Amino acid sequence: MRFGVVTFPGSNGDHDALSAIELGLQQEVAPVWHKDRSVDGFDALIIPGGFSYGDYLRAGAIARFSPIMEAVTDFAQQGGPILGICNGFQVLAEAGLAPGVLLRNANLSFSCRWVHTRVETGRTAFSNGLQPGTVLRLPIAHGEGRFFVTPEELAHLEERQQIVFRYCDEYGNDDPLANPNGSTDSIAGVCNERGNVVALMPHPERAYDPLLGGDEGLQILGAVLRSGVEAAVGR
Amino acid sequence: MTITTEALREVALTRVEYDQVVELLGREPRPVELGMFGAMWSEHCGYKNSRPLLKKFPTTGPRVVQGPGENAGVVDIGDGIGIAFKIESHNHPSAVEPYQGAATGVGGIVRDIFTMGARPIALLNSLRFGSLDSPRTRYIFDGVVGGIGGYGNCLGIPTVAGDIFFDDSYTGNPLVNAMCVGVVDNSAIMRAKASGVGNLVVLVGADTGRDGIHGATFASVENPEESHRGVIQVGNPFLEKLLLEACLEVLQTEHVVAMQDLGAAGLTSSVVECASSGDVGIEIDVQKVTRREQGMNAYEVMLSESQERMLVVVREEGLEDVRAIFDRWDLHSDVIGRVTGDGNVCIMDGEAVEVNVPASFFVDQCPTYVRDGIESARIANARAFDVDSLPDLSREDVGDALHALMASPNICSREPVVQTYDHTIMSNTVLPPLAGDAAVVRIKGTNKAIAVKTDCNPRYVYLDPYVGGMHAVAEAARNVSCTGAKPIALTNCLNFGSPEKPEGYYQLERAVSGMADAARALETPVVSGNVSLYNESGNEAVFPTPTVGVVGLIEDVSTAVGMTASSGAVLLLAGQHSATIGGSEYLKQRHGMTAGAPPSLDLDLEIRVQKFVQDAIASRMVHAAHDTSEGGLLVAVIEMLDGSLGSALDFSCLASENGGRLDRLYFGEAASRIIIAAAPTQVEALRTLAEAADVPLAEIGRVNTSGVLRMDDATSIPILDLHDSWASGLKR
Amino acid sequence: MGKQQYLVEVFISLKEVVNDPQGLAIRDGLHNLGFDEVDGVRAGKYLQVSVNAGSPEQAQQRTAEMCDTLLANTVIEEYRITVADRATS
Repeated sequence: MRFGVVTFPGSNGDHDALSAIELGLQQEVAPVWHKDRSVDGFDALIIPGGFSYGDYLRAGAIARFSPIMEAVTDFAQQGGPILGICNGFQVLAEAGLAPGVLLRNANLSFSCRWVHTRVETGRTAFSNGLQPGTVLRLPIAHGEGRFFVTPEELAHLEERQQIVFRYCDEYGNDDPLANPNGSTDSIAGVCNERGNVVALMPHPERAYDPLLGGDEGLQILGAVLRSGVEAAVGR
Repeated sequence: MTITTEALREVALTRVEYDQVVELLGREPRPVELGMFGAMWSEHCGYKNSRPLLKKFPTTGPRVVQGPGENAGVVDIGDGIGIAFKIESHNHPSAVEPYQGAATGVGGIVRDIFTMGARPIALLNSLRFGSLDSPRTRYIFDGVVGGIGGYGNCLGIPTVAGDIFFDDSYTGNPLVNAMCVGVVDNSAIMRAKASGVGNLVVLVGADTGRDGIHGATFASVENPEESHRGVIQVGNPFLEKLLLEACLEVLQTEHVVAMQDLGAAGLTSSVVECASSGDVGIEIDVQKVTRREQGMNAYEVMLSESQERMLVVVREEGLEDVRAIFDRWDLHSDVIGRVTGDGNVCIMDGEAVEVNVPASFFVDQCPTYVRDGIESARIANARAFDVDSLPDLSREDVGDALHALMASPNICSREPVVQTYDHTIMSNTVLPPLAGDAAVVRIKGTNKAIAVKTDCNPRYVYLDPYVGGMHAVAEAARNVSCTGAKPIALTNCLNFGSPEKPEGYYQLERAVSGMADAARALETPVVSGNVSLYNESGNEAVFPTPTVGVVGLIEDVSTAVGMTASSGAVLLLAGQHSATIGGSEYLKQRHGMTAGAPPSLDLDLEIRVQKFVQDAIASRMVHAAHDTSEGGLLVAVIEMLDGSLGSALDFSCLASENGGRLDRLYFGEAASRIIIAAAPTQVEALRTLAEAADVPLAEIGRVNTSGVLRMDDATSIPILDLHDSWASGLKR
Repeated sequence: MGKQQYLVEVFISLKEVVNDPQGLAIRDGLHNLGFDEVDGVRAGKYLQVSVNAGSPEQAQQRTAEMCDTLLANTVIEEYRITVADRATS
């Protein structure tokens, strides 16, 4: 499977995404430049973290108008698997490809630490094959990661199974203290209705080697190997 | 024509120095020339007070690829890989505008690293503040921590280690030292050495504004807040990230002959350095420099300290390729001049000659001063105080004293700070902040890792600059050794008061001597560094603070250990048994004093202890190691236990060597000692190894799952309570 | 003396001579979208402060004190105050 990692000016998680796919997942991967207009030849896309355009104005707001985003949008509409991580989540949310908005953390402070997240559905491109309830230990590193939707939108997301990951304690239980940024309903990751676009705040691409504190991120990145080829062929 | 005193004050030159300039030139300097002499002959750029002292440092060794004098030092770690690193101060800007001062400090040191062609992989910072009880200090503290995180996080370089210390001496003049570490192919190191007459001088990055004019001179005078009149620089980490990627890409081409970032004294120092190191001349036209503001004159352009700019010397035939790369990264670049053969720095403003001076005048002819230092009688008296004349701690008070120390700002958990720094990005961090005595960062594509740490106990340096200077080097190296790494080189930042005062000069001279002797003994050459003098406010100098950053090498990354002991482990003390409360955190907390002689330091023992611990870790005999620094043995033991564990301690074997005193035994400080944790089955082998290494080894306790710290005499304290004290220190 | 509530508006921006990275990035973003007529952008903060005061002048003066001590970082920022309207509480 061939992954593309979209790099915007100010992206800084692109190197980790490239390493995780190459060293951790041992799949083909190449960077995609924000000024490119095509994503032909890629089976899956990763929109990595960072501070695209410095996150000035709003996180992800300027990046989403990059030339590449038209191709990314087409890819999404054709059912291609896309994973947005951290700032990539913000870009997808600004572009309307992922639901919700991301606000400043409730404690107004950047937060870098390891958290536990629970898989809520296995129906998406990046949770395929994972049992709901599976607990994954992943690092977070963000200042604007408070996922927000209105109660109506939340009900809507629940109904359509668009909540993919929630923050939890190490045993998988709900715990308000385990919610690191004040996200609505402890939501850590969501998907579009079709389930091919997944966006999350934690960093699976930094958790691909036990030497680095854990390799459970590979379960998310690797899920697309089971679902992605199918999806890619199907579109 | 006579120069006015005001005009000289403006450029911080003395009348004698001005006369030297006139003599060198054979004429009165033009205004821009005078401004450039002021900047280049400042302490910050010219090291005029410190240069003779810096010669004491050992700077060579089998691993040294690049010693002092370049943007950063480089050491060889094998396989053709070099580690480039340097530490630098941004004290005065941080005193005036803490967030931006610290942020631009990080930006500056990162540019120093990628200017060498190295990819930055780790950031560290060493911070000194006044007491957190003061609202002003709290503001400075929050701003500095915010600025470091704001800039480093955006760049995507992990901030992995550092140290923070609080003392009233830093109230008006905080210290912000930032260190950056990068990886470079040894055969592709770029230097700031212009060459090739006719080659083009390109300025790339931010437009030039009136930021920080006279920053270099401002860094070299006392009372920063009063003296600072320039415009505060605002950092743009987003632009720096583009500059970083673009410069590393440009250096992959064959077209670049030299690169130099614009830091203190901006275009002035970068043009002068490039010309002087390369023994060539450079001619530039300031009209070619794109401005952010209108109406700037040549003087302002030459002395602007606008951030995120880089000077690149490019072969003419490669210009198009190089500019194409900068364009791709949306970076603006201007060709502003050429390399010439006459050795002169020539600055044109269109047709007008503003400067025409041999580059060597700015650098080689910079005056140096060797002064006479005298120790302050007040400090000598403080050191002479007999700390054993104080009443000893009673057994009943040990628990309270321990709680107070755990909550002391100098000892308590740094968790609230390090959580605001991204330390997992780049997927290299094996030992993150607080997990070990030093951070361990793997080198991708190899089996190796480096361990990095900054350190300096300024109380020791204050009380005895020579011994304190040795301690700074030894402790940073010891921390690195505690992860299993072998220290291979160091960088340093000398933060002192005015060298023009005999007491200040004494501290500088003696501390440098102590550092040099320790660096030589430990075989850790000094490969880079920075000097920040005039750290004073209200006529009082800060504690002398020679911050040391050490890099160590781990051949097999899988052997690295942190400081957390596991249940069932035996705790052993390797090295020095005797401690003192002289200059200790305990003495400050309990008795409100900074007095007594600091711990002595036997460099031979230090070397043996560090080597023993490195060997024990490399052969996987121990699973945790921890230096016992501020706070002494008990504090160190608690730092090794996570909240669910407990420990039964027996320090009786150390009692006689501490004169039977409880304060020395539990809270006294000493060099050359490390607590190691090992499985009981390893103890015999460790004893054999220690004996062969001539290192004293004493069993001081066992780790259990009781959740309670039980001391010799059955006093018990719940570990979680101690952790609460420890976790609370920086909050409030 | 009777006090009334005033709606005070505070505009805080970086001083003209201070580098404004956020403004520069927004300007470039607008250029990329074809808004070539944009010459420059300066970014800042906008605050609404409801102030009880005896007169508009007093509201203005007290708010200026708030700016000097907390709201603005006067080392790098400048501010402009308008006493826009009486707040309807």
